[in-house]
Amino acid sequence: MKNTISERIFDFLKNYPPFNLISNETLLEISQNVEIQYFEKDQIIFSQNDNPHEHFYIIYQGSVRLYRFVENEKLMLDICDEGDLFGLRPLIMKESYVMGASANEETIVYGIPIALFHDIILNYPKVSQFLIASFATNTREPFSEKHKGKLFANVSAIQKIEHGFSEIQSANYNKNPISCSPDTTVQTACIIMTKNIINSIIITENDIPIGIITDKDIKTKIGTGLYKITHKVSEIMTSPVVTFHQNISVAEAQIKLLKHKVSHLCITKDGTNKTELVGILTQQDLILTQGNSPSLLIKEIKNAKDAETLKHIRTKASELTKGYLEQEIPIYFVTKVISEINTAITKKAIRLSVSEIGKEPPAKFSWLALGSQGRKEQLLMTDQDNALVFENVAPAEYNQVKNYFLQLSEKVTEKLHIVGFDYCPANIMASNPKWCISLEEWEQQFEEWITDPIPEKILLSIIFFDFELVYGDESLYNKMAKSVFKTIDKNQIFLSFLGKVTLDNPPPLGFFKQFLVEDNGENKDSFDIKSRAIRPLVDGARILSLHHNIRVNNTIARYEKLMEIEPQNRDLFESCANAFKILLQFRTSQGLANNDNGKFVDINNLNKADRLKLKSCFKPIKNVQEAIKLRFKTSQIPQI
Amino acid sequence: MIRFFKKKRYPEFWSTHIEKVQNSQKYANFEDIRFVALDTETTGFDYENDRILCIGAVAIKNNKILVSDSFEIYIKQAIFNKETVKIHGIRKDGNEIKLSEEEAIIKFIDYLDDAVIVAHHTAFDVTMINQALNRLNVGPLESKQLDTNYIHKKIAKTDTYKKIFSLEELCEIYNVKMHDRHTALGDALITAYLFLKQTAKYKKNNALNLFDLINTNYHLPK
Repeated sequence: MKNTISERIFDFLKNYPPFNLISNETLLEISQNVEIQYFEKDQIIFSQNDNPHEHFYIIYQGSVRLYRFVENEKLMLDICDEGDLFGLRPLIMKESYVMGASANEETIVYGIPIALFHDIILNYPKVSQFLIASFATNTREPFSEKHKGKLFANVSAIQKIEHGFSEIQSANYNKNPISCSPDTTVQTACIIMTKNIINSIIITENDIPIGIITDKDIKTKIGTGLYKITHKVSEIMTSPVVTFHQNISVAEAQIKLLKHKVSHLCITKDGTNKTELVGILTQQDLILTQGNSPSLLIKEIKNAKDAETLKHIRTKASELTKGYLEQEIPIYFVTKVISEINTAITKKAIRLSVSEIGKEPPAKFSWLALGSQGRKEQLLMTDQDNALVFENVAPAEYNQVKNYFLQLSEKVTEKLHIVGFDYCPANIMASNPKWCISLEEWEQQFEEWITDPIPEKILLSIIFFDFELVYGDESLYNKMAKSVFKTIDKNQIFLSFLGKVTLDNPPPLGFFKQFLVEDNGENKDSFDIKSRAIRPLVDGARILSLHHNIRVNNTIARYEKLMEIEPQNRDLFESCANAFKILLQFRTSQGLANNDNGKFVDINNLNKADRLKLKSCFKPIKNVQEAIKLRFKTSQIPQI
Repeated sequence: MIRFFKKKRYPEFWSTHIEKVQNSQKYANFEDIRFVALDTETTGFDYENDRILCIGAVAIKNNKILVSDSFEIYIKQAIFNKETVKIHGIRKDGNEIKLSEEEAIIKFIDYLDDAVIVAHHTAFDVTMINQALNRLNVGPLESKQLDTNYIHKKIAKTDTYKKIFSLEELCEIYNVKMHDRHTALGDALITAYLFLKQTAKYKKNNALNLFDLINTNYHLPK
């Protein structure tokens, strides 16, 4: 019966996934059959190993903690709050609960009848996608990490329904790889390949893969006459092979293929190239599962002839991001894919520019990404921040070399601008003579920043400490990184200054009461999510990484590394990484929705669930800032 | 006149009501009891002249509010009080589907079944219903009744001298969000929340059984 109560429940549920994916009619039916339950603080909702309830739960008010006993030790798995689902297990299998749930504070939950949901899973592929994703993204739970394979095995029934959600599906690969021994002749190998209609053959020794020959090798090595068909395969094979273990997901396969720039992965028993070959996974296999895939985009980038084409591809990548976010694909994976695409675009822009100039570079150089691109956190089109380092050259050649690279940089930044990356307003770009300098000059520059930390300079220089090689000579980049760490090591006071600057962005804990929003200009009534929430976490990760000599730039990766180095602060860093993921996802979806860089969030457009989600991110910010304050004694630094 | 003589026997809905309440086996075990949290919106506070505009109710069983077992009905008005429209928003010719008082009351008694009534200032709602029953020549309600006001007085640690707590005050004390105030079903749901929270508290110092709960209420029928 439709009435005041069921309408209110309907209004509540429709704010939260997966209920927002269900038709109004079906959702109303669900709303009419909800059971409302009240739990006092610490009251148990269900215990580990309890028989499954006939309902699963969504939190209406309060919060619920999930825990699990392993060998009598209680592990806290998660704290769910308003709008979160829990007790989903009976929805997927008729098995007792693997974790317990109890009220973390006074809590009201809505019980959703599982019987009603079985049909919904069948009729709404997106709902099952969401449910699978909920399992997939729960990586902060030690339990689900360990038993991931098992959970997936059990949801395979749901997975079959929808192939669109393929990233965390196990990738399909050929389990009967064709192989030959190292002393097979090329001719014999080609006959085998032709007979089996395959485009590659693996060379094995005692079933252990040692190399691979693909169609491309035949074309470039045999067709060109470099080798003869009477040569042994071991002479023309590509070796070693890139390997992976058997439980490979589409996402993992994609990253691996992108990273190693190969089109084939050897699947081996334990994932290393020291054990038996059990299968072969090709890019084609992935494309078949995928359709519009990042690998295809990368390929298109490689073939692009001008900046306009690159722009078109980048727009497609934005759509890909949107799709990923809608499917609640883990943000870490999304950033990786988009960063690879952005990197590929920059590389292509550099190559195009070099051929436009018509002259090869007169010296070794590295193109460096700075800021968010350097940290591989760039999901939207933001400003370009880049720099160039070239090898030390004799004074007589210096001007000529520098002019070449300035000319090159100008062309590259122009192209990136056409693609959609705006020029940096602070002119931190390789086309600026100040940031297109030799290794020697860079080392001096960093030394100046580190040994003489003037506040204005720190603010400007922060962005340079997140530099990442995009294109060019790796040793130049390595030398530069090494000298930066060495200088910091000798000048720890620099970190205190850096800490001080970092703390200038206090977390907005009063979000609900006083809405820390911007008070003037175009962005009045908006919340600056970049400066107030994302940047403090980025800054925190940076300073701690510089302190520990951690040579990674990505904020999530930095916090993960910190968790290893400082096990005593594991919880803190883990909460920071999680908060960062949430904020990044938030900013990206906001940016995609408003077609801007997502820096400002309109408070009035946020629903309650989103506000809570944001709010939950502020505590880790405060905690990490406290830690920095203490560790780097920032109070001893004069007010900036 | 012929009808008048036939009235000697109760209409079916009423004899069913009496039978169900008197023969219910559920009252001994708290988990088995079906409670019905109810609220009425009326044209005013005069038992003789004012009428029920709307009845809203929702069932509670084993500490769960069962949305599927809820009730909301609007009643056609002969008498109309312009002043109260401002409070409850039910106009004489609003869009809600309205039944005659007789149809509505019969449907409600049927819905009520053998449930224990829970309301806030129960005496008022029950008297309004009894008045309507009286106009059908039956009544009063046989159902057992509880009042969130009196349950609170039993467990309250402060302000115990205070005789009457308003629904708003209890919501404040028990931290219940006030949605849909002044719709019958909205207030019924608030009352249901209060009841869940009160029984959870009550349990801590008392064995939870219906008869002790009823005893908190010194002037409702025991």
